[in-house]
Amino acid sequence: MSAVDHPEPQHAIRERFGFWTRSYAMLVKEFIQLKRDRVSFAMIVMLPVMQLLLFGYAINTTPHNLPSAVLLQEDSDLARSILKALENTKYFRFLYEVHDVEDFDNLLKSGKVLFGVEIPRGFERAVRRGDRPALLVAADATDPVAASAAIGSLGMVVQTALKHDLYIGDPPEMPFEIRAHARYNPAAASSLNIVPGLVGTILTMTMLIFTALSVTREVERGTMENLLSMPIKPVEVMFGKIIPYVLVGFVQAFLIIGIGVVLFGVPILGNLFLLAVLSTLFISTNLAIGYTISTLVQNQLQAMQMSMMFFLPSILLSGFMFPFAGMPVWAQYVGECLPLTHYLRIVRAIMLKGATMQNLRFDALALAVLMLLAMTIAVTRFRRTLD
Amino acid sequence: MSGDNGIAIDVKGLTKSFGGREVVHDLSMQVKRGSIYGFLGPNGSGKTTTIRILCGLLTPDSGEGTCLGYDIRRDADKIKRQVGYMTQRFSLYQDLSVRENLEFVARLYGLRDARGAARDMIKRLGLSGREEQLAGELSGGWKQRLALGACTLSSPKLLLLDEPTAGVDPKARRDFWNEIHALAADGLTVLVSTHYMDEAERCHEIAYIAYGHLLVHGTVEEVIAKSALTTYTVTGEGLNELAAGLTGKPGIDMVAPFGTSLHVSGRDVAALEASVAPWQAKSGLHWNKSSPSLEDVFIELMGRSKDNFQ
Repeated sequence: MSAVDHPEPQHAIRERFGFWTRSYAMLVKEFIQLKRDRVSFAMIVMLPVMQLLLFGYAINTTPHNLPSAVLLQEDSDLARSILKALENTKYFRFLYEVHDVEDFDNLLKSGKVLFGVEIPRGFERAVRRGDRPALLVAADATDPVAASAAIGSLGMVVQTALKHDLYIGDPPEMPFEIRAHARYNPAAASSLNIVPGLVGTILTMTMLIFTALSVTREVERGTMENLLSMPIKPVEVMFGKIIPYVLVGFVQAFLIIGIGVVLFGVPILGNLFLLAVLSTLFISTNLAIGYTISTLVQNQLQAMQMSMMFFLPSILLSGFMFPFAGMPVWAQYVGECLPLTHYLRIVRAIMLKGATMQNLRFDALALAVLMLLAMTIAVTRFRRTLD
Repeated sequence: MSGDNGIAIDVKGLTKSFGGREVVHDLSMQVKRGSIYGFLGPNGSGKTTTIRILCGLLTPDSGEGTCLGYDIRRDADKIKRQVGYMTQRFSLYQDLSVRENLEFVARLYGLRDARGAARDMIKRLGLSGREEQLAGELSGGWKQRLALGACTLSSPKLLLLDEPTAGVDPKARRDFWNEIHALAADGLTVLVSTHYMDEAERCHEIAYIAYGHLLVHGTVEEVIAKSALTTYTVTGEGLNELAAGLTGKPGIDMVAPFGTSLHVSGRDVAALEASVAPWQAKSGLHWNKSSPSLEDVFIELMGRSKDNFQ
């Protein structure tokens, strides 16, 4: 090397803004690494788009063309018009019309149909007399989601059918006990509920994994030894590693909501700025939790496993998959500790109900508390030596 | 940094264990400012662990000392600002370019003009034209240069180099050592671990460490003198037979072939003379009593320490 000819240039060291320059150094480095990692970079865009299209189109909890059978024990106009009304909902597709109970049972048992309607003998006459006859419904409840949604819709459909039926006029009493009332989503279109939910779920997954791997990756690539030998503090490493991904999370949230609005017609009734601010808070909370995971584990595999350990309850207990109110109390307590629970309330409330900050104070505060808690653990757990 | 009397590293009784195995045992050493101190010893002898303790990457189980006048236990942060550490394995970011790596390091040390510092260093390292190349794509010799550049970027007072020339070609090694000497001439203290004897001979002072014990230290001449080893260099025909015949005889501690010659060494002069006497009478062999080479001394030390500590 030619150092002998060129005396070493002395560059002044700046002490005053140490925290900011070191955090900035880390941040720039992380950005460059993210940019170089083409696969991860593509995933930032691909993951939310793919998930959204899958959930939005393929996975629809609203029944659609359920294979159905009808056990017709009287051939009346009323019976026909009920069947027609049922078919018009597109929920049911009547494949079989049988007149024998045994055939009817076999169809259900063999799985050829998931749904059966039995119109008993003398049904029309009983309705006209106001006897409130029973319209028997048999559903294959091995798929409880499809069955309950179909049963839930049945009451309304039949009521409507009867209401508009010229033969009967307006019945004084509703002939069925089943009540379905889908507020904010009268058509019970699952995409309205799923798109806001997906914003939270996808962000939880991607944010968690991005930062959960960040510290272990440095350890496994051997770069941690060099990093620790330089004057950088745990807080600075953390900020440097979290901030680039806040931007990534923001892009993802924007994508999901954008596609939701354009493709699925999901409304945004509330304030867009409020949504952006609270989404940023939620993104940061997840990044902090992911970063905490990475300070607790030994290698990248463990980091992935631990992220899954956190992700699974987030999906199951947050109210994304199952109604929060329907869970046992202990599960609700667990759910309250998960950021996704609070964000789902926030994002659904802002998008579908037009909620304001006033309504969402508690959930926003909960997110902030969870974030600070995770950051504190991460900074204290960060190993400053190789011991 | 007061009262260090021109001593850059001054540690006493360092001990460190991993999982019940003592890797460094009661190690004490002093390194003068501006000197090049060579750290020698077999693989797994505790060289890397000692270096890591000195720069605050590991906490010793017991022992104390100062590095650049700062306490190695309490002032790790201050030590890190003034020490450049070059790890054994390349530990800069493979997916960052040469320039980006240097700028990153410059910013971490708080250099006022990180871009300028990186640019100057690239010029100095002779890496101009390669600044946008990813560090992971550089050859071994260039990686090593870049690593040295990165750890001298902040103008440290002490350099800790852990086997910096492993796997580097002779030309690059020589350039590297010229650079180290140039830096030391400017007042920088360098602690360098190595396996190469020719590199050891380029150090101002050396220390030999095996199984966590510092066995001997001093200048190369002192270390050779301390060994009290008598060595015969034998040339001629039938060296293989000679080697086979002498190995294991009383007074013969070491028989090692060096190209067309054979080194026969022992500590007990009388016993050595007695054992070689019958062979010296044979014709076709030239016997020459010489001082042992540094390598002879180390191989002998290694063999001895194996008996003592394992």
